[in-house]
Amino acid sequence: MSAAVDVIIRLRGLTRDYAMGAETVQALRGVDLDIARNEYVAIMGPSGSGKSTMMNLVGCLDTPTAGRYWLNGLEVSRMTDDELARVRNREIGFVFQTFNLLPRASSQHNVELPLIYAGVSARDRRARAARALERVGLADRAHHKPNELSGGQRQRVAIARALVNEPSILLADEPTGNLDSATSSEIMQVFGDLHRQGQTIIMVTHEADIAAHAHRVVTLLDGLVHSDTVKRAA
Amino acid sequence: MQFLEAIRLALQTIWAQKMKTAFAVIGVFIAVTFLIAVVSIVQGMNAYMTDRFAGTLLGVNTFHLRRFPNFQTGEITDSTWRSWMRRPRIRYADAEAVEAAITVPHLSAWESGNRATIEYRGKVARDIDVTAATERYFEIRNLPIALGRPFSAQEVRAGTPVAVIGWELADRLFEGRDPLGREIKIHDIPYRVIGVVEKQGNLFGISLDKFVVTTAFAPAKRFVNPPGVVDALIIKTGSLPELRAAITEAEAAMRTRRHLRPTEGNNFAIETADAVLDFWGKINRVLMIALPGLVSISLVVGGIVIMNIMLMAVSERTREIGIRKSLGARRRDILSQFLVESATIATVGAAVGVATGLAAAALIDATTPLPAAVAPWSIAVGVALGAGVGMIAGIYPASRASRLDPIAAIRHET
Repeated sequence: MSAAVDVIIRLRGLTRDYAMGAETVQALRGVDLDIARNEYVAIMGPSGSGKSTMMNLVGCLDTPTAGRYWLNGLEVSRMTDDELARVRNREIGFVFQTFNLLPRASSQHNVELPLIYAGVSARDRRARAARALERVGLADRAHHKPNELSGGQRQRVAIARALVNEPSILLADEPTGNLDSATSSEIMQVFGDLHRQGQTIIMVTHEADIAAHAHRVVTLLDGLVHSDTVKRAA
Repeated sequence: MQFLEAIRLALQTIWAQKMKTAFAVIGVFIAVTFLIAVVSIVQGMNAYMTDRFAGTLLGVNTFHLRRFPNFQTGEITDSTWRSWMRRPRIRYADAEAVEAAITVPHLSAWESGNRATIEYRGKVARDIDVTAATERYFEIRNLPIALGRPFSAQEVRAGTPVAVIGWELADRLFEGRDPLGREIKIHDIPYRVIGVVEKQGNLFGISLDKFVVTTAFAPAKRFVNPPGVVDALIIKTGSLPELRAAITEAEAAMRTRRHLRPTEGNNFAIETADAVLDFWGKINRVLMIALPGLVSISLVVGGIVIMNIMLMAVSERTREIGIRKSLGARRRDILSQFLVESATIATVGAAVGVATGLAAAALIDATTPLPAAVAPWSIAVGVALGAGVGMIAGIYPASRASRLDPIAAIRHET
């Protein structure tokens, strides 16, 4: 891996403080991290280590107190709310522990959502959402609502939604946290396939066996990078 | 997010939350229904009063000289009533003197009327207007004869017991047989039917086709007024200036005959359609001033209901807002989503209100004597007001929604 490798995420001295009453809690205390295109990274750490804060910052849902963050060459750490919304829309695909699908909308419509905010025409949306559902093997569940799907199917809809805008990174927060082990490995299978197709994946998890699917494991402890292990070349 | 997309989403949400939407809709619905119904009735009344009421009952460019006004507008106190009852009656001599005093071209007729029971071979029609009039009556009151003929001046002078009857009365008594030449009985005195007046329709639901007009000095007269007394002298002129001149002359003539001093008021009434229309104009103005107030009160209430329901919707859908934000919805996307939703709810309410208002107007028109005519502008105003109120009521909840922190929103448990 040379310096010329496409760095997709570059964090420098990333700090995030929270005011808890009179006290200030430092969730992240200056994290430096580079993630290259097509890496498959697991971020681990015990609770309170700063995983979630890291996830929110990397996902552009939050802005750092100090430090800088470049995503795909763009400095996002100084962006306004609306600019961040645009970055979330185009560059980031979220997969959440609780799936976070709109309960009243069909799979198809859920997958179309990011495209709506990207201003894609209705016809293109339908086609692209259908393709995304096909990629996760749910083409036949397009018109089902979340409560008509199993947990694994729901999570695959969420993955399709995350991928539909062809984002730079797929950001997963405990993606298997609400799934049984069989379904979990099914989802990990999907992640593995996506990674082989060239997708950059960042996954926050506290389960070592899930993290084992990644090719690089970054461990946080007390708001700092504790270890950073590359299992094998991506 | 495109506008149509927002409306589609709003309609989906509305469909999914029918109950809540129904409550929100009611607020605007009441206001708009009220607006449409009241405006329709007022407009209908307007057209009615000017076209029919004044023209039919009093006549255009016509005045009536009476002991006291036939159409009492406003409240009549007991003392007014007593003073009216003390007034001298209009006598034949008065009527003749006034007719002689009027120099402008005019038609005149005498009229006395009461209600009576009409009989024809055992069939009975109760509560029928019986008018004893002179021959010009039909011309002045614009009552064309459909069948037969009006009575002549000779018949009037002779007191011939002949009658011209209304269409509905003819139908009821004779059931399709030729009414001409048949004898009807009023107070047991026979009258020969010589004419039937064209169908007049109804006024405030009261049929205008149930009447008998007989000659001014026919026996029926006895049951109406003391000898030598007439209810009204009707004068019809060709134009409004002539009407004014005729009124001035008639008033002067009457005051002279009654020996009224300049400080004394008239002890007789000169009644024109204007007086009735003036009164209606006043009611109309009051209604039109009160209407915006009443409508805006219900719109404000509707707006508050919508605002509360939208606030509830925002807090219930916090998670949805978080999800949308995480997927790239900007503040203005969320803002417009909720604004469009509340505007759509309100517009649906307004549309239902318009429909109900129209139905109410039609129902009132059909089942009560009150006429109703829908004003197109009131529909436009109703829908615009509804949508406007929805927008305004939606601003605060929508801006709350748009400012939610996506991280907190997405973790929000409902």
